[in-house]
Amino acid sequence: MDIAVLQFPGSNCDQDALQLFASGLGLPTRFVWHKDTALGGADLVVVPGGFSYGDYLRCGAIARFSPVMAAVHEHASRGGLVLGICNGFQILCEAGLLPGALIRNSSLEYRCITCDLTVEDAGTAFNTRVLGRRVRLPIGHGEGNFRIDDEGLARLEAGRQVLLRYADNPNGSLRGIAGIRNEEGNVFGMMPHPDRAFERFHPSQDGLDVARAVLSVRFPELLRKSA
Amino acid sequence: MKIKVFVTPKRNVLDPQGAAVAHALESLGLAGLKGTRVGKVVELEVEGADTPAFRAQLDKLCRDLLSNPVIEDYHYEIGA
Repeated sequence: MDIAVLQFPGSNCDQDALQLFASGLGLPTRFVWHKDTALGGADLVVVPGGFSYGDYLRCGAIARFSPVMAAVHEHASRGGLVLGICNGFQILCEAGLLPGALIRNSSLEYRCITCDLTVEDAGTAFNTRVLGRRVRLPIGHGEGNFRIDDEGLARLEAGRQVLLRYADNPNGSLRGIAGIRNEEGNVFGMMPHPDRAFERFHPSQDGLDVARAVLSVRFPELLRKSA
Repeated sequence: MKIKVFVTPKRNVLDPQGAAVAHALESLGLAGLKGTRVGKVVELEVEGADTPAFRAQLDKLCRDLLSNPVIEDYHYEIGA
């Protein structure tokens, strides 16, 4: 197992994401700089939160053209696992690796709270058995309002691509959508932060199981270890 | 040549900023307001000629970078 956490100028949850996998799950995890053009055989690529390139133009709009993103596209097209958290989710949407887009919260406020989320049945790609029906994760974003056209929304729902929904919608997202996967089931994106929910001083430790849910279909031994 | 690229939220996409600005405009006394959309303008200055090949390149850049076609429309004006 080899996990790569990308770093863009303006990433600020890169350390948190690294610690989630390295210290939280005890897995070999390393950083990959945005100017690198290869991922060095990573099994999972994590696109962390933050404000890549100052969120100029649109959140994620500039990061998607970073050199490393060509390698991420290639990794994803070969079926490699990708997880985007917060700004990472925005980058994956901008890059076309996930459908839809994230716009300004309907309240126009930056929301920094811990949310209850319902766990959706997203098929075998996201192992909901480890998560149960509900998780609690922090959010911290001003642009987390998920938008997609009607046809795209119908396809997401029919394909069971929704991973998580807000119990109490904090940002105006369509159908309360907080996280999705691609059709193939190897690219995941979510606005809530599993990387801020694993230490004892965090508001919850549900981030560990969210990370396991992403990895466990490919690496079932992770579940046995946690049991 | 000078180019102005206008990027606006698509008609059918919620525009929270537009809604907030509309609210303020009404509270300042603007009657009969029927719609407010907040977008952005990107001004470019480019050496070269306005050719069909250049426009094709500009359109691609507008689609790939300057706007997000999922949520935004764009148009541009090319001046001298």
